[in-house]
Amino acid sequence: MLAGNPFIDPFTSNEFMRHALVASVLVALVCAVAGTYVVLRGLSFVGDALAHGVVPGIATALLFGVSGVVGAVVSAAVMMTGVSVITRKSRLSSDTAIGLFFVGMLALGVIITSRSRTFVGDITRILFGELLGVTTSDLGWLLVALVIVAIVAIIAHRPFVLMSIDDGLARTSGFSVPFFHSLMLVLVAITVIASFQSVGTLLVLGMLIAPAAAGALVARRVSTMMLIAALYGTAASYLGLLASYHYDIAAGGSIVFVAVMLFGVTAIISAVLAHRHDDEVPHQHEHHH
Amino acid sequence: MTMKFPISTNTITNTMHTSICTIKSESLTVGHGHHTIIDDLHLQLMSGDLLTLIGTNGSGKSTLLKTLAGLLPALAGSVSVLGSAPGSSPKRVAYLPQHPVSSHTLPLRARDVVAMGRYAHLGLFRRETATDRAAVGDAITRTGTSNFADQPLRELSGGQQQRTHLAQVLSRQAEVLLLDEPTAGLDLAGKHAVAEIIASERARGVTIVLATHDLQDAESATVVMLLAQRIVAFGPPSQALSDDNVRTCFGFTQPH
Repeated sequence: MLAGNPFIDPFTSNEFMRHALVASVLVALVCAVAGTYVVLRGLSFVGDALAHGVVPGIATALLFGVSGVVGAVVSAAVMMTGVSVITRKSRLSSDTAIGLFFVGMLALGVIITSRSRTFVGDITRILFGELLGVTTSDLGWLLVALVIVAIVAIIAHRPFVLMSIDDGLARTSGFSVPFFHSLMLVLVAITVIASFQSVGTLLVLGMLIAPAAAGALVARRVSTMMLIAALYGTAASYLGLLASYHYDIAAGGSIVFVAVMLFGVTAIISAVLAHRHDDEVPHQHEHHH
Repeated sequence: MTMKFPISTNTITNTMHTSICTIKSESLTVGHGHHTIIDDLHLQLMSGDLLTLIGTNGSGKSTLLKTLAGLLPALAGSVSVLGSAPGSSPKRVAYLPQHPVSSHTLPLRARDVVAMGRYAHLGLFRRETATDRAAVGDAITRTGTSNFADQPLRELSGGQQQRTHLAQVLSRQAEVLLLDEPTAGLDLAGKHAVAEIIASERARGVTIVLATHDLQDAESATVVMLLAQRIVAFGPPSQALSDDNVRTCFGFTQPH
Protein backbone atom coordinates (compact mmCIF):
# COMPACT_ATOMS: atom_id res chain seq x y z
CA MET A 1 0.00 0.00 0.00
CA LEU A 2 3.06 2.26 0.40
CA ALA A 3 3.24 3.00 -3.28
CA GLY A 4 -0.51 3.55 -3.38
CA ASN A 5 -3.02 1.68 -5.49
CA PRO A 6 -3.68 3.58 -8.74
CA PHE A 7 -6.98 1.71 -9.21
CA ILE A 8 -8.52 2.59 -5.84
CA ASP A 9 -6.69 5.58 -4.41
CA PRO A 10 -8.19 8.22 -6.73
CA PHE A 11 -11.56 7.38 -5.21
CA THR A 12 -10.57 6.89 -1.57
CA SER A 13 -8.56 10.10 -1.31
CA ASN A 14 -10.86 12.46 -3.26
CA GLU A 15 -14.47 13.13 -2.36
CA PHE A 16 -15.23 14.59 -5.83
CA MET A 17 -14.04 11.33 -7.40
CA ARG A 18 -16.26 9.29 -5.08
CA HIS A 19 -19.25 11.46 -5.92
CA ALA A 20 -18.43 11.24 -9.63
CA LEU A 21 -18.22 7.44 -9.43
CA VAL A 22 -21.51 7.07 -7.55
CA ALA A 23 -23.22 9.51 -9.94
CA SER A 24 -21.98 7.81 -13.08
CA VAL A 25 -22.87 4.35 -11.79
CA LEU A 26 -26.41 5.59 -11.00
CA VAL A 27 -26.58 7.06 -14.51
CA ALA A 28 -25.34 3.73 -15.89
CA LEU A 29 -28.14 1.88 -14.08
CA VAL A 30 -30.84 4.34 -15.23
CA CYS A 31 -29.52 4.08 -18.79
CA ALA A 32 -29.36 0.27 -18.66
CA VAL A 33 -33.09 0.04 -17.93
CA ALA A 34 -34.25 2.78 -20.32
CA GLY A 35 -31.64 1.92 -22.98
CA THR A 36 -32.76 -1.70 -23.16
CA TYR A 37 -36.25 -0.68 -24.30
CA VAL A 38 -34.92 2.12 -26.52
CA VAL A 39 -32.62 -0.30 -28.35
CA LEU A 40 -35.30 -3.03 -28.59
CA ARG A 41 -37.82 -0.59 -30.06
CA GLY A 42 -35.27 1.12 -32.31
CA LEU A 43 -35.86 4.53 -30.72
CA SER A 44 -32.20 5.63 -30.65
CA PHE A 45 -32.85 8.53 -32.99
CA VAL A 46 -35.75 9.84 -30.91
CA GLY A 47 -33.51 9.52 -27.84
CA ASP A 48 -30.89 11.61 -29.61
CA ALA A 49 -33.53 14.23 -30.51
CA LEU A 50 -34.74 14.42 -26.91
CA ALA A 51 -31.20 14.72 -25.58
CA HIS A 52 -30.46 17.71 -27.82
CA GLY A 53 -33.91 19.22 -27.52
CA VAL A 54 -33.46 19.90 -23.80
CA VAL A 55 -30.51 22.26 -24.43
CA PRO A 56 -32.53 25.51 -24.80
CA GLY A 57 -34.46 24.74 -21.60
CA ILE A 58 -31.31 24.17 -19.60
CA ALA A 59 -29.69 27.24 -21.15
CA THR A 60 -32.69 29.44 -20.27
CA ALA A 61 -32.76 28.08 -16.73
CA LEU A 62 -29.06 28.78 -16.23
CA LEU A 63 -29.46 32.27 -17.70
CA PHE A 64 -32.08 33.07 -15.05
CA GLY A 65 -30.19 31.30 -12.30
CA VAL A 66 -32.76 28.49 -11.99
CA SER A 67 -31.80 24.81 -11.67
CA GLY A 68 -30.97 23.30 -15.04
CA VAL A 69 -33.20 20.33 -14.18
CA VAL A 70 -36.32 22.55 -14.23
CA GLY A 71 -35.42 23.87 -17.67
CA ALA A 72 -34.70 20.34 -18.88
CA VAL A 73 -38.09 19.07 -17.68
CA VAL A 74 -39.95 21.89 -19.46
CA SER A 75 -38.10 21.53 -22.75
CA ALA A 76 -38.31 17.73 -22.62
CA ALA A 77 -42.09 18.09 -22.37
CA VAL A 78 -42.06 20.40 -25.41
CA MET A 79 -39.83 17.99 -27.34
CA MET A 80 -41.95 14.94 -26.50
CA THR A 81 -45.15 16.65 -27.59
CA GLY A 82 -43.40 17.78 -30.77
CA VAL A 83 -42.01 14.32 -31.50
CA SER A 84 -45.35 12.56 -31.00
CA VAL A 85 -47.23 15.13 -33.11
CA ILE A 86 -44.60 14.81 -35.85
CA THR A 87 -44.69 11.02 -35.77
CA ARG A 88 -48.46 11.06 -36.22
CA LYS A 89 -49.00 13.98 -38.61
CA SER A 90 -45.87 14.42 -40.69
CA ARG A 91 -46.06 13.90 -44.42
CA LEU A 92 -42.26 13.86 -44.48
CA SER A 93 -40.55 10.80 -43.04
CA SER A 94 -40.54 11.23 -39.27
CA ASP A 95 -36.71 11.00 -39.31
CA THR A 96 -36.48 14.19 -41.34
CA ALA A 97 -39.02 16.11 -39.28
CA ILE A 98 -37.64 14.99 -35.92
CA GLY A 99 -34.08 15.71 -37.07
CA LEU A 100 -34.99 19.26 -38.08
CA PHE A 101 -36.93 19.80 -34.86
CA PHE A 102 -34.02 18.76 -32.66
CA VAL A 103 -31.39 20.72 -34.53
CA GLY A 104 -33.71 23.75 -34.33
CA MET A 105 -33.96 23.30 -30.56
CA LEU A 106 -30.18 22.92 -30.32
CA ALA A 107 -29.67 26.14 -32.31
CA LEU A 108 -32.12 27.91 -30.02
CA GLY A 109 -30.08 26.66 -27.07
CA VAL A 110 -26.89 28.09 -28.55
CA ILE A 111 -28.62 31.45 -29.20
CA ILE A 112 -29.90 31.63 -25.62
CA THR A 113 -26.51 30.70 -24.19
CA SER A 114 -24.78 33.31 -26.34
CA ARG A 115 -26.63 36.00 -24.32
CA SER A 116 -24.81 34.74 -21.26
CA ARG A 117 -21.50 36.35 -20.30
CA THR A 118 -19.96 32.96 -19.65
CA PHE A 119 -21.07 31.56 -23.02
CA VAL A 120 -18.32 29.00 -23.56
CA GLY A 121 -18.43 27.75 -19.97
CA ASP A 122 -22.21 27.34 -20.02
CA ILE A 123 -22.51 25.59 -23.36
CA THR A 124 -19.64 23.25 -22.49
CA ARG A 125 -21.31 22.41 -19.19
CA ILE A 126 -24.61 21.60 -20.92
CA LEU A 127 -23.15 19.58 -23.76
CA PHE A 128 -20.47 17.69 -21.85
CA GLY A 129 -21.64 17.69 -18.24
CA GLU A 130 -19.78 18.51 -15.08
CA LEU A 131 -19.18 15.13 -13.51
CA LEU A 132 -16.46 16.28 -11.13
CA GLY A 133 -18.77 18.94 -9.63
CA VAL A 134 -21.59 16.56 -8.62
CA THR A 135 -23.08 17.34 -5.19
CA THR A 136 -24.83 15.10 -2.66
CA SER A 137 -28.21 16.55 -3.64
CA ASP A 138 -27.48 15.67 -7.29
CA LEU A 139 -26.92 12.10 -6.13
CA GLY A 140 -30.28 12.19 -4.36
CA TRP A 141 -32.04 13.24 -7.58
CA LEU A 142 -30.29 10.50 -9.51
CA LEU A 143 -31.54 7.96 -6.99
CA VAL A 144 -35.10 9.31 -7.40
CA ALA A 145 -34.74 9.01 -11.19
CA LEU A 146 -33.53 5.41 -10.84
CA VAL A 147 -36.53 4.51 -8.68
CA ILE A 148 -38.99 6.10 -11.15
CA VAL A 149 -37.37 4.40 -14.14
CA ALA A 150 -37.45 1.04 -12.34
CA ILE A 151 -41.13 1.45 -11.47
CA VAL A 152 -42.04 2.35 -15.07
CA ALA A 153 -40.08 -0.68 -16.30
CA ILE A 154 -41.92 -2.99 -13.89
CA ILE A 155 -45.32 -1.62 -14.95
CA ALA A 156 -44.72 -1.51 -18.69
CA HIS A 157 -42.34 -4.43 -19.30
CA ARG A 158 -44.85 -6.61 -21.17
CA PRO A 159 -46.23 -3.94 -23.54
CA PHE A 160 -42.68 -2.63 -24.13
CA VAL A 161 -41.47 -6.10 -25.17
CA LEU A 162 -44.54 -6.66 -27.39
CA MET A 163 -43.94 -3.28 -29.05
CA SER A 164 -40.32 -4.22 -29.74
CA ILE A 165 -41.65 -6.97 -32.03
CA ASP A 166 -44.60 -5.08 -33.50
CA ASP A 167 -47.01 -2.31 -32.46
CA GLY A 168 -49.92 -4.33 -33.86
CA LEU A 169 -49.01 -7.23 -31.58
CA ALA A 170 -49.20 -4.95 -28.53
CA ARG A 171 -52.52 -3.56 -29.78
CA THR A 172 -54.08 -6.98 -30.41
CA SER A 173 -52.85 -8.11 -26.99
CA GLY A 174 -55.00 -5.40 -25.42
CA PHE A 175 -52.37 -2.73 -24.65
CA SER A 176 -52.74 0.90 -25.74
CA VAL A 177 -49.84 1.61 -28.08
CA PRO A 178 -50.12 5.46 -27.93
CA PHE A 179 -50.08 5.35 -24.13
CA PHE A 180 -47.12 3.03 -23.78
CA HIS A 181 -45.23 4.77 -26.57
CA SER A 182 -45.62 8.05 -24.68
CA LEU A 183 -44.56 6.31 -21.47
CA MET A 184 -41.39 5.15 -23.21
CA LEU A 185 -40.67 8.71 -24.35
CA VAL A 186 -41.15 9.84 -20.73
CA LEU A 187 -38.67 7.15 -19.68
CA VAL A 188 -36.11 8.48 -22.17
CA ALA A 189 -36.77 12.07 -21.05
CA ILE A 190 -36.21 11.18 -17.38
CA THR A 191 -32.98 9.44 -18.34
CA VAL A 192 -31.76 12.44 -20.33
CA ILE A 193 -32.62 14.87 -17.53
CA ALA A 194 -30.99 12.65 -14.91
CA SER A 195 -27.85 12.18 -16.97
CA PHE A 196 -27.15 15.60 -18.48
CA GLN A 197 -25.27 16.84 -15.42
CA SER A 198 -22.83 13.95 -15.40
CA VAL A 199 -22.15 13.18 -19.05
CA GLY A 200 -23.92 16.10 -20.76
CA THR A 201 -26.66 16.16 -23.38
CA LEU A 202 -24.28 15.42 -26.23
CA LEU A 203 -22.91 12.25 -24.68
CA VAL A 204 -25.92 10.84 -22.80
CA LEU A 205 -26.99 8.92 -25.90
CA GLY A 206 -23.74 6.96 -25.67
CA MET A 207 -24.60 5.79 -22.16
CA LEU A 208 -28.19 5.08 -23.19
CA ILE A 209 -27.40 3.06 -26.31
CA ALA A 210 -23.91 1.53 -26.16
CA PRO A 211 -24.25 -0.73 -23.07
CA ALA A 212 -27.77 -1.86 -24.06
CA ALA A 213 -26.70 -2.54 -27.65
CA ALA A 214 -23.79 -4.65 -26.36
CA GLY A 215 -26.29 -6.51 -24.18
CA ALA A 216 -28.56 -7.14 -27.18
CA LEU A 217 -25.68 -8.78 -29.06
CA VAL A 218 -24.87 -11.20 -26.27
CA ALA A 219 -28.08 -11.87 -24.37
CA ARG A 220 -30.80 -14.42 -25.09
CA ARG A 221 -33.33 -12.81 -22.77
CA VAL A 222 -34.41 -9.23 -22.14
CA SER A 223 -33.58 -9.43 -18.42
CA THR A 224 -30.06 -10.65 -19.23
CA MET A 225 -29.67 -7.83 -21.75
CA MET A 226 -30.53 -5.29 -19.05
CA LEU A 227 -28.12 -6.88 -16.60
CA ILE A 228 -25.28 -6.87 -19.14
CA ALA A 229 -26.07 -3.23 -19.96
CA ALA A 230 -25.81 -2.35 -16.26
CA LEU A 231 -22.48 -4.17 -15.90
CA TYR A 232 -21.03 -2.55 -19.05
CA GLY A 233 -22.20 0.89 -17.96
CA THR A 234 -20.71 0.44 -14.51
CA ALA A 235 -17.42 -0.80 -15.95
CA ALA A 236 -17.33 2.15 -18.36
CA SER A 237 -17.97 4.57 -15.48
CA TYR A 238 -15.11 3.20 -13.42
CA LEU A 239 -12.60 2.83 -16.25
CA GLY A 240 -13.52 6.20 -17.75
CA LEU A 241 -13.13 8.03 -14.44
CA LEU A 242 -9.84 6.30 -13.77
CA ALA A 243 -8.49 7.34 -17.17
CA SER A 244 -9.81 10.85 -16.62
CA TYR A 245 -7.96 11.09 -13.29
CA HIS A 246 -4.62 9.71 -14.38
CA TYR A 247 -4.40 11.35 -17.79
CA ASP A 248 -6.21 14.59 -16.92
CA ILE A 249 -8.85 14.16 -19.65
CA ALA A 250 -12.59 15.02 -19.66
CA ALA A 251 -14.52 12.66 -17.35
CA GLY A 252 -17.83 12.45 -19.25
CA GLY A 253 -16.09 11.98 -22.58
CA SER A 254 -13.82 9.26 -21.19
CA ILE A 255 -16.75 7.29 -19.77
CA VAL A 256 -18.79 7.41 -22.98
CA PHE A 257 -15.72 6.61 -25.07
CA VAL A 258 -15.04 3.51 -22.96
CA ALA A 259 -18.71 2.49 -23.24
CA VAL A 260 -18.64 2.74 -27.03
CA MET A 261 -15.28 0.88 -27.17
CA LEU A 262 -16.72 -1.92 -25.00
CA PHE A 263 -19.64 -2.18 -27.43
CA GLY A 264 -17.23 -2.27 -30.40
CA VAL A 265 -15.13 -5.06 -28.89
CA THR A 266 -18.27 -7.04 -28.02
CA ALA A 267 -19.65 -6.60 -31.54
CA ILE A 268 -16.40 -7.84 -33.11
CA ILE A 269 -16.10 -10.83 -30.77
CA SER A 270 -19.74 -11.87 -31.24
CA ALA A 271 -19.41 -11.53 -35.03
CA VAL A 272 -16.32 -13.75 -35.02
CA LEU A 273 -18.03 -16.33 -32.77
CA ALA A 274 -21.19 -16.31 -34.91
CA HIS A 275 -19.06 -16.86 -38.02
CA ARG A 276 -17.34 -19.84 -36.43
CA HIS A 277 -20.66 -21.22 -35.27
CA ASP A 278 -21.93 -20.97 -38.85
CA ASP A 279 -18.94 -22.94 -40.13
CA GLU A 280 -19.40 -25.75 -37.60
CA VAL A 281 -23.16 -26.11 -37.70
CA PRO A 282 -24.63 -25.21 -41.08
CA HIS A 283 -28.10 -23.68 -40.69
CA GLN A 284 -31.03 -25.75 -41.77
CA HIS A 285 -33.26 -23.58 -43.89
CA GLU A 286 -36.82 -24.45 -44.68
CA HIS A 287 -37.82 -23.97 -48.27
CA HIS A 288 -39.24 -20.66 -49.37
CA HIS A 289 -41.66 -20.61 -52.21
CA MET B 1 -70.59 -1.08 -57.48
CA THR B 2 -72.87 -2.46 -54.83
CA MET B 3 -73.22 -6.19 -54.51
CA LYS B 4 -74.95 -8.15 -51.84
CA PHE B 5 -73.48 -11.35 -50.56
CA PRO B 6 -76.11 -12.70 -48.20
CA ILE B 7 -74.30 -15.77 -47.01
CA SER B 8 -75.72 -17.78 -44.22
CA THR B 9 -73.37 -20.48 -43.07
CA ASN B 10 -75.64 -22.85 -41.26
CA THR B 11 -74.06 -25.84 -42.91
CA ILE B 12 -71.70 -26.58 -40.04
CA THR B 13 -70.31 -30.07 -40.23
CA ASN B 14 -69.35 -30.07 -36.61
CA THR B 15 -72.25 -30.63 -34.26
CA MET B 16 -70.32 -31.01 -31.01
CA HIS B 17 -70.67 -27.31 -30.22
CA THR B 18 -73.74 -25.17 -30.13
CA SER B 19 -73.08 -22.80 -32.98
CA ILE B 20 -73.00 -19.18 -32.03
CA CYS B 21 -72.38 -16.26 -34.34
CA THR B 22 -68.79 -15.04 -33.85
CA ILE B 23 -68.14 -12.60 -36.69
CA LYS B 24 -70.89 -10.50 -38.21
CA SER B 25 -70.76 -7.60 -40.63
CA GLU B 26 -73.47 -5.52 -42.26
CA SER B 27 -72.82 -3.24 -45.27
CA LEU B 28 -69.15 -3.33 -44.29
CA THR B 29 -66.71 -1.31 -46.40
CA VAL B 30 -63.03 -2.13 -46.03
CA GLY B 31 -59.96 -0.36 -47.39
CA HIS B 32 -57.19 2.16 -46.71
CA GLY B 33 -58.13 5.82 -46.46
CA HIS B 34 -60.08 6.65 -49.61
CA HIS B 35 -59.22 3.40 -51.36
CA THR B 36 -62.13 0.98 -51.02
CA ILE B 37 -61.35 -2.72 -51.53
CA ILE B 38 -64.42 -4.49 -50.23
CA ASP B 39 -67.79 -2.79 -50.49
CA ASP B 40 -71.07 -3.64 -48.79
CA LEU B 41 -70.00 -6.94 -47.25
CA HIS B 42 -72.62 -8.94 -45.36
CA LEU B 43 -70.85 -11.67 -43.48
CA GLN B 44 -71.94 -14.06 -40.78
CA LEU B 45 -69.55 -16.65 -39.39
CA MET B 46 -70.40 -19.20 -36.71
CA SER B 47 -68.12 -20.99 -34.27
CA GLY B 48 -66.17 -23.68 -36.08
CA ASP B 49 -66.42 -21.89 -39.44
CA LEU B 50 -63.44 -21.33 -41.72
CA LEU B 51 -63.46 -18.34 -44.06
CA THR B 52 -60.62 -18.59 -46.56
CA LEU B 53 -59.51 -15.41 -48.31
CA ILE B 54 -57.82 -16.10 -51.63
CA GLY B 55 -55.95 -13.62 -53.78
CA THR B 56 -52.56 -12.39 -54.92
CA ASN B 57 -50.41 -9.97 -52.93
CA GLY B 58 -52.18 -6.62 -52.64
CA SER B 59 -55.60 -8.12 -53.36
CA GLY B 60 -57.05 -6.95 -50.04
CA LYS B 61 -56.79 -10.10 -47.89
CA SER B 62 -54.58 -8.44 -45.26
CA THR B 63 -56.76 -5.30 -45.23
CA LEU B 64 -59.85 -7.33 -44.31
CA LEU B 65 -57.93 -9.29 -41.64
CA LYS B 66 -56.55 -6.08 -40.11
CA THR B 67 -60.05 -4.63 -40.02
CA LEU B 68 -61.31 -7.75 -38.19
CA ALA B 69 -58.31 -7.51 -35.81
CA GLY B 70 -59.17 -3.89 -35.02
CA LEU B 71 -55.95 -2.53 -36.51
CA LEU B 72 -57.75 -0.68 -39.34
CA PRO B 73 -61.05 1.14 -38.94
CA ALA B 74 -64.02 0.04 -41.04
CA LEU B 75 -64.69 2.67 -43.71
CA ALA B 76 -68.45 2.23 -43.48
CA GLY B 77 -71.03 -0.20 -42.19
CA SER B 78 -70.78 -2.27 -39.05
CA VAL B 79 -68.70 -5.23 -37.97
CA SER B 80 -68.58 -7.12 -34.71
CA VAL B 81 -66.28 -9.85 -33.48
CA LEU B 82 -67.62 -11.94 -30.59
CA GLY B 83 -70.38 -9.42 -30.10
CA SER B 84 -68.28 -6.29 -29.78
CA ALA B 85 -66.09 -3.97 -31.84
CA PRO B 86 -62.99 -5.52 -33.48
CA GLY B 87 -59.96 -5.32 -31.18
CA SER B 88 -61.98 -5.11 -27.97
CA SER B 89 -61.68 -8.78 -26.95
CA PRO B 90 -57.90 -9.36 -27.00
CA LYS B 91 -58.13 -12.46 -24.79
CA ARG B 92 -60.53 -14.19 -27.17
CA VAL B 93 -59.11 -13.20 -30.57
CA ALA B 94 -55.60 -13.91 -31.87
CA TYR B 95 -54.09 -12.40 -35.01
CA LEU B 96 -51.08 -13.63 -36.98
CA PRO B 97 -49.78 -10.77 -39.14
CA GLN B 98 -48.09 -11.35 -42.47
CA HIS B 99 -44.27 -11.39 -42.15
CA PRO B 100 -44.28 -11.03 -38.37
CA VAL B 101 -40.56 -11.72 -38.39
CA SER B 102 -38.60 -8.92 -36.81
CA SER B 103 -35.53 -7.65 -38.60
CA HIS B 104 -33.43 -6.58 -35.66
CA THR B 105 -31.65 -8.78 -33.19
CA LEU B 106 -34.10 -9.28 -30.36
CA PRO B 107 -32.75 -11.10 -27.31
CA LEU B 108 -35.71 -13.45 -27.11
CA ARG B 109 -35.77 -17.24 -27.24
CA ALA B 110 -38.46 -18.90 -29.36
CA ARG B 111 -40.11 -20.04 -26.10
CA ASP B 112 -40.30 -16.42 -24.85
CA VAL B 113 -41.91 -15.30 -28.11
CA VAL B 114 -44.54 -18.05 -27.78
CA ALA B 115 -45.20 -17.08 -24.15
CA MET B 116 -45.95 -13.52 -25.27
CA GLY B 117 -49.20 -14.91 -26.67
CA ARG B 118 -50.39 -15.17 -23.05
CA TYR B 119 -49.82 -11.47 -22.28
CA ALA B 120 -53.40 -10.68 -23.34
CA HIS B 121 -54.56 -12.90 -20.45
CA LEU B 122 -51.84 -11.83 -18.02
CA GLY B 123 -52.15 -8.05 -18.47
CA LEU B 124 -49.43 -5.96 -16.87
CA PHE B 125 -48.82 -7.76 -13.61
CA ARG B 126 -50.40 -11.20 -13.30
CA ARG B 127 -47.83 -13.97 -12.88
CA GLU B 128 -47.77 -16.98 -15.20
CA THR B 129 -49.75 -19.91 -13.83
CA ALA B 130 -49.68 -23.62 -14.65
CA THR B 131 -52.51 -22.94 -17.16
CA ASP B 132 -50.37 -20.42 -19.02
CA ARG B 133 -47.36 -22.71 -19.07
CA ALA B 134 -49.51 -25.61 -20.29
CA ALA B 135 -50.94 -23.46 -23.12
CA VAL B 136 -47.43 -22.43 -24.17
CA GLY B 137 -46.12 -26.00 -24.00
CA ASP B 138 -49.08 -27.28 -26.00
CA ALA B 139 -48.64 -24.62 -28.70
CA ILE B 140 -44.91 -25.42 -28.96
CA THR B 141 -45.61 -29.13 -29.41
CA ARG B 142 -48.38 -28.68 -31.98
CA THR B 143 -46.36 -26.34 -34.19
CA GLY B 144 -43.22 -28.47 -34.07
CA THR B 145 -41.30 -25.72 -32.30
CA SER B 146 -39.89 -27.95 -29.52
CA ASN B 147 -36.51 -28.64 -31.14
CA PHE B 148 -35.50 -25.00 -31.21
CA ALA B 149 -37.63 -23.58 -28.36
CA ASP B 150 -34.57 -22.54 -26.35
CA GLN B 151 -32.70 -20.94 -29.26
CA PRO B 152 -32.74 -17.17 -29.73
CA LEU B 153 -35.20 -15.97 -32.37
CA ARG B 154 -32.43 -14.34 -34.40
CA GLU B 155 -30.68 -17.69 -34.95
CA LEU B 156 -33.78 -19.32 -36.44
CA SER B 157 -34.54 -19.76 -40.14
CA GLY B 158 -37.53 -18.00 -41.70
CA GLY B 159 -39.68 -21.13 -41.48
CA GLN B 160 -38.74 -21.73 -37.85
CA GLN B 161 -39.62 -18.13 -36.99
CA GLN B 162 -42.97 -18.54 -38.77
CA ARG B 163 -43.73 -21.65 -36.68
CA THR B 164 -42.75 -19.73 -33.54
CA HIS B 165 -45.17 -16.89 -34.33
CA LEU B 166 -47.93 -19.37 -35.14
CA ALA B 167 -47.30 -21.02 -31.76
CA GLN B 168 -47.61 -17.61 -30.11
CA VAL B 169 -51.04 -17.14 -31.69
CA LEU B 170 -52.18 -20.64 -30.60
CA SER B 171 -50.96 -20.16 -27.03
CA ARG B 172 -53.65 -17.54 -26.50
CA GLN B 173 -56.31 -20.29 -26.87
CA ALA B 174 -58.63 -17.80 -28.53
CA GLU B 175 -62.11 -18.31 -29.96
CA VAL B 176 -61.34 -16.46 -33.18
CA LEU B 177 -58.10 -16.86 -35.15
CA LEU B 178 -57.16 -14.36 -37.85
CA LEU B 179 -54.26 -15.88 -39.80
CA ASP B 180 -52.47 -13.94 -42.54
CA GLU B 181 -50.59 -16.49 -44.69
CA PRO B 182 -49.57 -18.84 -41.86
CA THR B 183 -47.87 -21.24 -44.31
CA ALA B 184 -45.58 -18.59 -45.84
CA GLY B 185 -42.00 -19.86 -45.80
CA LEU B 186 -42.98 -23.32 -44.55
CA ASP B 187 -41.93 -26.61 -46.14
CA LEU B 188 -44.44 -29.34 -46.97
CA ALA B 189 -44.34 -30.79 -43.44
CA GLY B 190 -44.98 -27.35 -42.03
CA LYS B 191 -47.96 -26.88 -44.35
CA HIS B 192 -49.43 -30.20 -43.21
CA ALA B 193 -48.94 -29.18 -39.59
CA VAL B 194 -50.82 -25.93 -40.20
CA ALA B 195 -53.68 -27.78 -41.94
CA GLU B 196 -53.94 -30.14 -38.94
CA ILE B 197 -53.93 -27.22 -36.52
CA ILE B 198 -56.70 -25.47 -38.44
CA ALA B 199 -58.81 -28.65 -38.47
CA SER B 200 -58.37 -29.29 -34.74
CA GLU B 201 -59.03 -25.66 -33.79
CA ARG B 202 -62.26 -25.73 -35.81
CA ALA B 203 -63.23 -28.98 -34.12
CA ARG B 204 -63.05 -27.24 -30.75
CA GLY B 205 -65.34 -24.49 -32.05
CA VAL B 206 -62.82 -21.84 -33.08
CA THR B 207 -63.77 -19.53 -35.97
CA ILE B 208 -60.87 -19.03 -38.39
CA VAL B 209 -60.33 -16.43 -41.07
CA LEU B 210 -57.37 -17.51 -43.19
CA ALA B 211 -55.62 -15.51 -45.91
CA THR B 212 -53.68 -17.58 -48.41
CA HIS B 213 -52.79 -17.79 -52.08
CA ASP B 214 -52.87 -21.54 -52.05
CA LEU B 215 -56.15 -22.85 -53.51
CA GLN B 216 -55.74 -26.16 -51.68
CA ASP B 217 -56.26 -24.34 -48.39
CA ALA B 218 -59.73 -23.34 -49.58
CA GLU B 219 -61.30 -26.72 -50.28
CA SER B 220 -62.16 -27.52 -46.67
CA ALA B 221 -63.46 -24.01 -45.94
CA THR B 222 -67.01 -23.14 -44.97
CA VAL B 223 -66.89 -20.05 -47.18
CA VAL B 224 -64.33 -18.79 -49.65
CA MET B 225 -63.77 -15.22 -50.75
CA LEU B 226 -61.74 -14.58 -53.90
CA LEU B 227 -60.23 -11.11 -53.89
CA ALA B 228 -58.56 -8.96 -56.54
CA GLN B 229 -58.85 -5.43 -55.13
CA ARG B 230 -62.58 -6.30 -55.10
CA ILE B 231 -64.66 -9.39 -54.34
CA VAL B 232 -64.46 -11.72 -57.34
CA ALA B 233 -66.48 -14.50 -55.73
CA PHE B 234 -67.87 -15.27 -52.31
CA GLY B 235 -69.59 -18.47 -51.33
CA PRO B 236 -69.09 -22.16 -50.55
CA PRO B 237 -65.89 -23.59 -52.10
CA SER B 238 -67.75 -25.63 -54.72
CA GLN B 239 -69.32 -22.47 -56.16
CA ALA B 240 -66.66 -19.86 -55.49
CA LEU B 241 -63.72 -21.86 -56.84
CA SER B 242 -64.97 -22.10 -60.42
CA ASP B 243 -62.32 -21.88 -63.13
CA ASP B 244 -63.73 -18.53 -64.29
CA ASN B 245 -63.49 -17.02 -60.82
CA VAL B 246 -59.99 -18.34 -60.25
CA ARG B 247 -58.87 -16.97 -63.62
CA THR B 248 -60.27 -13.54 -62.75
CA CYS B 249 -58.61 -13.66 -59.36
CA PHE B 250 -55.13 -14.78 -60.39
CA GLY B 251 -55.10 -14.08 -64.12
CA PHE B 252 -54.60 -17.80 -64.82
CA THR B 253 -56.08 -21.14 -63.74
CA GLN B 254 -54.32 -23.01 -60.96
CA PRO B 255 -54.60 -26.79 -61.01
CA HIS B 256 -56.66 -27.97 -58.05
